[in-house]
Amino acid sequence: MASEPVAPSVELQNVTVCYRRHPAVHHLSGHFRSGSLTAVIGPNGAGKSTLLKGLAGVIRPNEGRVIWQGLRTRDVAYLPQQVEIDRSFPLSVSDVVSMGHWRRVGLFRALRTDLRSRVAEALAAVGLDGFARRAVGTLSAGQFQRALFARMLLQDAPLILLDEPFNAIDARTTADLLAVVRRWHGERRTVIAVLHDVAQVREHFPETLLLAREGIAWGRTGDVLTGENLLRARSMAEAWDERAAPCETPGRVA
Amino acid sequence: MAGLEWVWGPFVEFGFMRRALVACMAIALGAAPVGVLLVLRRMSLVGDAMSHAILPGAAAGFLLTGFSLMVMSLGGFLAGLAVALLAGLVTRFTDQREDASFAAFYLIALAAGVLLISSRGSSMDLMHVLFGSILAVDDASLLLVASVTTTTLLVLAVIYRPLVAECFDPGFVRAVGGGGLTWHLLFMVLVVMNLVSGFHALGTLMSVGLMMVPAVAARYWAGQVWSLMAVAMLIGMLSGIIGLLVSYHGDYATGPAIILTAGAFYIVSVLFGPRGGLQQRFFPRSHLEA
Repeated sequence: MASEPVAPSVELQNVTVCYRRHPAVHHLSGHFRSGSLTAVIGPNGAGKSTLLKGLAGVIRPNEGRVIWQGLRTRDVAYLPQQVEIDRSFPLSVSDVVSMGHWRRVGLFRALRTDLRSRVAEALAAVGLDGFARRAVGTLSAGQFQRALFARMLLQDAPLILLDEPFNAIDARTTADLLAVVRRWHGERRTVIAVLHDVAQVREHFPETLLLAREGIAWGRTGDVLTGENLLRARSMAEAWDERAAPCETPGRVA
Repeated sequence: MAGLEWVWGPFVEFGFMRRALVACMAIALGAAPVGVLLVLRRMSLVGDAMSHAILPGAAAGFLLTGFSLMVMSLGGFLAGLAVALLAGLVTRFTDQREDASFAAFYLIALAAGVLLISSRGSSMDLMHVLFGSILAVDDASLLLVASVTTTTLLVLAVIYRPLVAECFDPGFVRAVGGGGLTWHLLFMVLVVMNLVSGFHALGTLMSVGLMMVPAVAARYWAGQVWSLMAVAMLIGMLSGIIGLLVSYHGDYATGPAIILTAGAFYIVSVLFGPRGGLQQRFFPRSHLEA
């Protein structure tokens, strides 16, 4: 993308997010460096998606604070798990990708020629050349994910949040989309991705947050993904107690 | 020329038929696009729920002033809006889904409405509110219907982009600061307005028919939001004309005749619609190479 964004950072101060008083993310503190490429990994129910929603500002933490440095709402591109989108919706691929221009065209301005050509560029960048006029309902899961990545390319956001972006996606599509992620990293954007493939994280993500409701470890991927840490994460995530007592912990730094 | 006479005769001869025709056209033009958006939001049954929700307001208006169009419409509008707001707020601030909240609130409203009417009015009054009387449409109600349609089309034109985007991917619009709740509430106001405008002519039970049936049928013919709206408007208006004629010539109740005509369009669409109709399914054309 043309402009060089100011890479922002995100700080978590003792963040707790609950569902019906049970913490999904529990006393998490730490810092996503500006320009870093971080994987959030952990067992099912570890609070990864919840954390991402908190980072995106979709939900508010019950305790603690998420602090965006140098960011406004529109500077964050957030890709939730795709189950939340109705893919039978009667829109064309270019309609969907054009939504990425939201902050340039807002509610009423027209999509000028240069903005249209950037839609075509973004489609080409994710390998969807010639798909512009197709209805989104005709896309495969992988093609649809490519379209959503094209939309994020147009959003040109300094902070990018991806929730399980490669779920049910084949190897080739994953490789293409990982190339897009590396390009973002090269452009000094801050990228945070929820993933579950340990090998993939080791290979492509320099930093990792291992989460099991509490932060197990956070730092360089090689230091975080040790056998011992992974084992600890697994045992902690399963500890759901219907009669758990109110938590007294004041706060903790992972 | 008996055929042409069959079509033109009633409208040439009778002012009330002309009024009814104009009212139907206006209702179809405004309600159809609203219905399309309801279907796309997976809120097809919410229209139905809202049409019941109008009842206690209209009934209260009727008990206060008798058959005063303005008071009954205003009452219905406020009652519908209250139910939409309450259901929306409960959905947003509790764990329950929207359809569940709507079901609870519209049933409360419906019961309140029937209670009001049955305590003071007669069953004829209830019939009028439930089924309307399109052949008794006067200038005032025509004006109301036309104003509602004009407002609806203008507002839809202005909020089309955020509304459709929010409908497709609410998370995205919220994340880019596009203000999801505003559009949703504005849209619900349009839904209630159109139901109220339809209720005097078609009754609370039937007004939702011209909103939903053409919209659902249109999905078998069109594949984009704007074309869905165009097809739905067309089906709605044709249903109005044909329904009025059938009702006039066959001496049937007008509201049901109109909605049944729309229903016939729907069934034809299900059978022969090029987008997923039954004919496609059971008599598929041979598949392509790629």
